[in-house]
Amino acid sequence: MSASAAIAMQHRLQSCEVCGLLSRPPTGAGEGHCPRCGEELTFRKPQSLQRTWAFLIAAAICYVPANLLPVLTTTTAAGPESDTILQGVVLLWSPTGWPLSLIVLFASIMIPSAKILALAYLTITVQRGAIENGRQRVRLYRAVDFIGRWSMVDVFVDAFTAALVQLQPLMSVAPAPGLFFFAAVVVFTMLAVESFDPRLIWDATSAQEECHA
Amino acid sequence: MYNKHLGDASLIACPDCDLLQRLPDLAPGASARCPRCDKELWRRREDSLSRTLALSLAASVVYVVANAVPMLSLKAVGHQASTTVFGGAVQLWNDGQEIVAGLVLFAAVVAPGLQIAVMLAVTLGARHAHPSRWVGALLRHYPTTRTWSMIEVMLLGVLVALIKIAELATVIPGTALFALGALVFLFAAIQATFDPREVWDRIEWAADGPRSAVGDRVPEATA
Repeated sequence: MSASAAIAMQHRLQSCEVCGLLSRPPTGAGEGHCPRCGEELTFRKPQSLQRTWAFLIAAAICYVPANLLPVLTTTTAAGPESDTILQGVVLLWSPTGWPLSLIVLFASIMIPSAKILALAYLTITVQRGAIENGRQRVRLYRAVDFIGRWSMVDVFVDAFTAALVQLQPLMSVAPAPGLFFFAAVVVFTMLAVESFDPRLIWDATSAQEECHA
Repeated sequence: MYNKHLGDASLIACPDCDLLQRLPDLAPGASARCPRCDKELWRRREDSLSRTLALSLAASVVYVVANAVPMLSLKAVGHQASTTVFGGAVQLWNDGQEIVAGLVLFAAVVAPGLQIAVMLAVTLGARHAHPSRWVGALLRHYPTTRTWSMIEVMLLGVLVALIKIAELATVIPGTALFALGALVFLFAAIQATFDPREVWDRIEWAADGPRSAVGDRVPEATA
């Protein structure tokens, strides 16, 4: 690899996110369309940091009711009883069921909060123009992108528990308001990941290399 | 306004760090990674389109089975209940959680269905020497259907629900549960055999007229 890396944006070249083709926008224009697939092209995702922050803040706000409000209400002869996500984890904990309990704990409580923190860290370091650990930071971004979908697991658990346990008047299970906020956290964090442009991680490094070149 | 291309499709920029580089000509099964950020840029697959077509056909059959028959049934003191994949969304809707019901329906039924349909259409359409533009229009949306298609996550969720309920009543796994298990493997196999570059290389371009190239030299790093 040469000492000073050649960056597409510095050579006024845009790479298509959809089909991967490299092309040059018309003189003086910051955006154009991919000649091969027609996708709108910009040098970096538009308003990437603002959009990422907006989705992250929305996710963080929904995270509170998602964990405090019950997600399921079980109605038996003894009356209705509501459980939050954490109570669901505790209920699953048994000599045989503990691995599943751990899966739900990871997927529903640890992954969403880790995702919010990791993306906030990435966005802040980009805004401060950090040049260290580019490789580790882009790896963190890919890990967040890869693991994010698994936090949907609790939505499916609750949906199918409610769908199956319909043994009125003996016992029935219904979703509770917390489920909506929990699903919102998952969707908002997925949208935040999609809004963040990993190329921003490298821009400060590239700018510095260009100065020294 | 369409951009001008460079007249050299092997010259690319890394999607994760924007480093300019030239893709080497790879042997089937080999892959190229970005020297700066280690992103996998391309993996050459053998006989990609025919294999993906075969897998997508299999997936479409399994998908129909997975959605047509019950997934779980339950027995407790003379009562019986069962649910399909669709039933999970319907129950949420009936309980007043319309938005979550929509999300479950989209992630468990709609997006996987679209993913299979798009893959079938693309692999069939790309069999021509010069695939028409609708193939590209569909392929453009493939990544979105992939992001929101969550069969494997749902299967884990169903498994947890099954064990939770098993403490209260007898749960009988239905045919759809096994079909969903097969579908997870088929989706993984499609992901491993499909090479979008092979389609994009031959597709009819969106920009009309002669393929005017910029034609100037661009410095590059060697991968």
